Formats: sequence, structure tokens, C-alpha cells
Amino acid sequence: MESATHTEGSGHPTAGTYLRVFAVLFVITVVEVGVFYVPAFKPLLAPVLLTLSAAKFALVVMFYMHLKQDSKFFTFVFGGPLLLASAVMIGLLFLFGVFVLGG
Amino acid sequence: MTHATSMGLDSRKLAFWTFIGSECLLFGSLISTYLVYKGQSVVGPYPHEILNIPVTSLSTFDLLASSLWMVLALAAVQRGDMKWAKIWLLGVAIGGLIFLGFQVYEFTSFVHEGLTLQRNLFGASFFLLTGTHGAHVAVGVIWMLTLWVQALRGRLGPQNAITVEIAGLYWHFVDVVWIIIFTLVYLLQ
Repeated sequence: MESATHTEGSGHPTAGTYLRVFAVLFVITVVEVGVFYVPAFKPLLAPVLLTLSAAKFALVVMFYMHLKQDSKFFTFVFGGPLLLASAVMIGLLFLFGVFVLGG
Repeated sequence: MTHATSMGLDSRKLAFWTFIGSECLLFGSLISTYLVYKGQSVVGPYPHEILNIPVTSLSTFDLLASSLWMVLALAAVQRGDMKWAKIWLLGVAIGGLIFLGFQVYEFTSFVHEGLTLQRNLFGASFFLLTGTHGAHVAVGVIWMLTLWVQALRGRLGPQNAITVEIAGLYWHFVDVVWIIIFTLVYLLQ
């Protein structure tokens, strides 16, 4: 369990870490836009872009929103609704025939 | 001044994370709506005819950069460097305004090309999703400017860095929502 003092910033990353994370986010975004324009990537576009997007999401949440250092309870409070939203989204896509089982 | 709960966590931060959790459900429903109606429009314009990837890529880079400036503003406030805190906070607000400028340009050009909220299912779900996100960015810009004015008046310092951290949580959440929208709406047409 973490103290209120700790959650107020004493364990946050340094400016150097923030800059390195930004560099990675920048490169991933360049790759995302790049693969969009390469016809050879067409069959793999969805899995590649979803993976890169998930990586960016995780980097921002872990380092910029400090979930990597902060109390795990914050991860639970954020992760629970995020999982629920993802489940509802997948459920709706099946319900409306965007995804088809065995199709 | 801390607002610790019995768990030893700051109650304002806990409340804000709970709010962000509820925002996940809001944007989850809007993104689901967009995806469910994708390809269902019976009249154009269709996404592949109208979405401008180069312009949207620029606005994406702008929002990513503003997230960096936000964490640098927080770091500056935490170490008591208010000169740089003011610069970075103003930078975040300007970054948000630039993003909104790109969105106004995009919406205006779409309307000129015939895509409106009433035109087809793509228009309705696209404007609802990206407009809701844009409204969140606008709220964030107002919040950043408020913090900047507080800093100018000497009312912001390391003792209330938590207020900047909570504003940062909001700004980064808006950024991660855009990361998803950029991929699902713009790149996966």
C-alpha cells in the first residue's frame, strides 16, 4: 500500500524518461502512417495497426499517467471499466454482425 | 495538503481515476456505434473518399507532443520551477488549440464536400465520436489556461502539484482516446 505522499509524485519518472517515451510514441505513429500507405501491408494492416495502437496506449497510461509507479488500486479502478468497455464493444460487434463466429 | 483515504491514497486522484473509468464506457459506446454503422451508409460521401490522413496525422503528432509538454509541466511544478511550468502549461493549451483548429478545418471541409450529421450513418457516427472527443479537448484547453493563470498569479506551486497531476490525467486520457480513434476511424477504413 502506498502513502499519499508517494502518489503525489515522488516516484514519477524523470524528464529523460518522458522524452524517451515520446520518441517511441513518435516513431510508432510514423510507422502506423507509413504502413497505411504500403499496399504490401494491406492483409496485415488491421493486426499491425491494432498492436501498435495498443503499445502507444500502454506507454501513455504507464508512464505519462504514472500507473506503472502509482498504487495498483488505480490500475484496477481504470482497468476494470476499460475491460468492461472492451467487452461491450466486442459484444456489440458480434450482435450487429460486424464479427461473425465461424465466418 | 493531502486528502488521504483509509487506503492511503489521495481521494481526489482516486475520484478522478473513477471518472476516467466512466469515460472509458462513454467512448467505448461511441466507438462501438461508429464501428457497427461502418459500411452501412447507403449514400456517400464514404470514409475512404473523404478522410484526410496527412492532415489528421499532423494533428495526432500535435496531441502527442502536448502530452509530453503536460508531463514536463507537472515535473516542473513538482520541483518548484514555476518559470518552466508556466511555459509548458501554456504550450499544452496552445497544442490543444492547434488540435481544435485542425478539427474545425476537417469538419468544415467535410461539410463542403457534402458530409453532415444528417447525411448518412458515417456522418452521424463520425461527427458524434470525433465531436465528443473535440469537446473534451476544449474542456482540457480551458483547464490548462486556468492552471496557467493560477501559476501567473503565484497560486500554483509544489504544494498543490496534485491539481496539475489530475489535470494531466485528464489530458493524457484525451490523448489515449485519440490514439484509438486515429487507428480505428482513420487508418482502418
